[in-house]
Amino acid sequence: MSRTNAAARIDIANAEALRRMLAGDPWLIDVVAARDVLPRLGQRRILHAGPPIDWARMCGPMRGAVAGIAVFEGWARDLSEAEHMAESGAFVFEPNHHHDCVGPMTGMTTPSQKLLVVENRAFGNRAYCAINEGLGKVMRFGGNDADVLDRIRWLTTEFGPALGAALRQLGGIALKPLIARGLTMGDEMHQRNVACSSLLLRQLAPAMARTSPGGEALARALAFIAGNDQFHLNVAMAMGKAIMDPARGIENSTVVTAMCRNGTDFGIHVSATGDRWFTAPVEMPQGLYFPGFSAADANPDMGDSAIVETVGLGGFAMAAAPAVVGFVGAGNAADALAITRLMREITVADNPEWAIPALDQQGVPTAIDIRLVVETGITPTINTGIAHRKPGVGQVGAGVVKAPLGCFTSALEAVAETMGVA
Amino acid sequence: MSTVLNEVRRGTYLDSVALMRISGAIRSMDGVDECGLMMGTPANLRILADAGVLAAEGETAGPGDLVIAIRARDAARAAAAIAEAARILSRPKRTSGSGPAAVMPRTLRSAVAALPGANLALVSVPGAFAATEAMKALAAGLNVLLFSDNVSLDDEIALKAEARARGILMMGPDCGTAIIGGVPLAFANAVTRGDTGIIGASGTGIQEVSCLVSNGGGGISHAIGTGGRDLSREVGAITTLTALDLLDADPATRQIVLISKPPAPEVARTVLARVSRSPKRVVVCFIGAKDLDLPPNAVAGATLEDAANLALGRPVATPASLSRPTASGKLHGLFSGGTLAAEAQLILSRAGLAVASNAPVAGSAPIAEAHGRHTILDLGDDAYTIGRPHPMIEPAVRDAHIRAALESPDCAVVLLDCVLGYGSHPDPAGHIARLVEARPPGGPRIVASVTGTDADPQSRTLQVERLRAAGIEVPPSNAAATRRAVELLTQATPPERR
Amino acid sequence: MPPEPTGGPPAEAATRLLADGPSVINVGLESFATELAGQDRPVVHVDWVPPAGGDPRLARLLAKLLT
Repeated sequence: MSRTNAAARIDIANAEALRRMLAGDPWLIDVVAARDVLPRLGQRRILHAGPPIDWARMCGPMRGAVAGIAVFEGWARDLSEAEHMAESGAFVFEPNHHHDCVGPMTGMTTPSQKLLVVENRAFGNRAYCAINEGLGKVMRFGGNDADVLDRIRWLTTEFGPALGAALRQLGGIALKPLIARGLTMGDEMHQRNVACSSLLLRQLAPAMARTSPGGEALARALAFIAGNDQFHLNVAMAMGKAIMDPARGIENSTVVTAMCRNGTDFGIHVSATGDRWFTAPVEMPQGLYFPGFSAADANPDMGDSAIVETVGLGGFAMAAAPAVVGFVGAGNAADALAITRLMREITVADNPEWAIPALDQQGVPTAIDIRLVVETGITPTINTGIAHRKPGVGQVGAGVVKAPLGCFTSALEAVAETMGVA
Repeated sequence: MSTVLNEVRRGTYLDSVALMRISGAIRSMDGVDECGLMMGTPANLRILADAGVLAAEGETAGPGDLVIAIRARDAARAAAAIAEAARILSRPKRTSGSGPAAVMPRTLRSAVAALPGANLALVSVPGAFAATEAMKALAAGLNVLLFSDNVSLDDEIALKAEARARGILMMGPDCGTAIIGGVPLAFANAVTRGDTGIIGASGTGIQEVSCLVSNGGGGISHAIGTGGRDLSREVGAITTLTALDLLDADPATRQIVLISKPPAPEVARTVLARVSRSPKRVVVCFIGAKDLDLPPNAVAGATLEDAANLALGRPVATPASLSRPTASGKLHGLFSGGTLAAEAQLILSRAGLAVASNAPVAGSAPIAEAHGRHTILDLGDDAYTIGRPHPMIEPAVRDAHIRAALESPDCAVVLLDCVLGYGSHPDPAGHIARLVEARPPGGPRIVASVTGTDADPQSRTLQVERLRAAGIEVPPSNAAATRRAVELLTQATPPERR
Repeated sequence: MPPEPTGGPPAEAATRLLADGPSVINVGLESFATELAGQDRPVVHVDWVPPAGGDPRLARLLAKLLT
């Protein structure tokens, strides 16, 4: 053995993937109707979180969300009809990631919804994510009753257009500096988005006042953002997707370009293998439960939100957010630092533009290398919300989940095969 | 009716020394018959099965899982033993480094980030993984001491070629000992610093020579281990030649001692040609080699003790003229150090004795032909250490052999070594002494050597006193101990008249 | 084939090791690190685990891709 050609080729490819990630310049620029930007998103096609899955294997909350969104779209008169239609194969299910999209938890994306648009101005690509619905009973956790559908209608007809107009008036909001600021204010952009949501509101409010017809509609819009600590999560997700997509398809690169889960499987994409999914059964989150709920109520992990970890935030930036470390168990502030340090063992580099004060301005661990994951057995730590296993109940807690090692080992073997290494 | 109880800890790894220590602690618990903590490799599972401690639960373990295997008097005691093992395992790991969130690095890569001035990787992971870790260290620009054995010859050549291309010192694989700038590494002794540099293919060879020189009033500049195969034809002395370059250029080194078993002839020519261009005096100790064609700046030391004498310019022990023993009693040599066993064989052969060994040198017979011969066992040999600690770490693995020798009707003299220093057992002499103090009178005589210094953690003086208090003779060197054993053979009452 | 004897000036990295004394990354037996730390030598111990969970086939593949 000597320093192999294969290892050197991977190192070069990964350096390119890292370069593209660090060069990314994501801006939140608009809110658009899904049907206008996703031409392939036709009738009765439902995009969902995670790797591909059919109705038969979907978990409860995912089924609940499918039924709800089918009613919202007018494809079914009621939830019961929607379920029967799903069962009989009336809907086509596809992952968000196949359509430049991401979605939190169940991650429903359908033609009538309004989507946040993040443009990566360094590369010209765009990524989309639905608007965060707020807390409580919401579709992303499988909620599907009239209140849930009404809120989505309001987001679609009133709030979304208002937000889009404000963003266009502003010429977009640069997200890289926003994240840098948020990291110094205790956000890790997955479980905690308090600072970034507030910073967004500070920038948006004058523009919304300028572009809105005013009065109660403006007040409702501003109050909605102000009342939703996780408003920025969906922005961060679209940003993560916009940053990662240019790093896809680099020959020989072992950098992870997407991590996501559908409540049944955990899936990853790796740069060298493009859109090929590597999946393993998703794990149960470990965490804290809202009063009245316990681990017995929890659904296995869901959502495309792990794209946030893929760019070095969320669990990877835990050191920036000691306030959320309680969710990881015994958690004290030192544990938060240790988790970020541990994640640095499996990444190519730090991101100097996203520095963490508590780690002496060390940047967030960036560009997950599947070789290092398999070598160390250290799998990505993902901060997550916990959904009730029954459809329609909603969020019951928050915690962390580990990406399963199996998808990284099978991805590594696949990359080796593409390189002719056995 | 005893109970066998296993627990498998998935994805838990501890090094073999740490596991042996925990096993030892558990084994000493009341009612525990046997205990093994091992990683679940197929080889280890076989060992646990052979020891009668493997249950169905343990059989499910993979190579990355830790098996806690207990056989105890009853179920309650077995459960208590598992609980105690769990308690020891749950102790928090030591952290290193400083600054916020000092955590133990998980990879060599992040360790380098935690210690920016690092210049040496000391690698002792299991052999199957050792070459990869060493290659990572070389790629990071670190010099390497590769302690692990069971590294393939191809990997050794690749590692050494890579090191040479990078201007890096690659000690090992199978390098047990080095002393760099006065710092003992792996199994090495606290020797006085001085002007003698050592290049050695064998760990205990370096230990014996460095201690004899240090105890004799000299000192060691650096001792560089090369690994046992460096002077093979295939490896071609890459590390030895690098080490000669280093010691030639080192201002603290006035003379060099080169220790190895006899090299391949063409490699010997290469090395001696390089020696001839050294500006320094070189003591060449190719143990057992004959008819070396040495350059003018080199002298030959036949044994480790000869090499030390030549380095010191005076003898470390009074030489004795050996007369061939006539008695029928046999010498049983039970060694922990492989090169010490080789040196003893050489001295016995030269005294005209017929010797057999599991690690025979030129002039010795293989152990299968032990009948009628004196025997020298190297208990550090792989055949004795599979799944068990090396006798330098755990002297108890030699106990059964010592007991058998003491009870053997044909045994007249037992010859032992006792190797001190960092890495070694904290009290090997105490262990031997406790074992032999209970022996009945009139049995075989016991002679031992103690390789070490008074600055070692165990203190040579204290260890020698402990052995002498148990009625064991302790000459100043392994060679002297072997000569004394030969003398005792000459004087010994034949066992049949005992 | 044995290489030609060099006899030239030794390389930088190895020379610095002898001049500065060892500053050690310890990978494997933790007792080696403990003993060095006890002598106040700079040492960092790696909390090493077998790569790929000890799967020999995967570890071999990994070695080809990583080193």
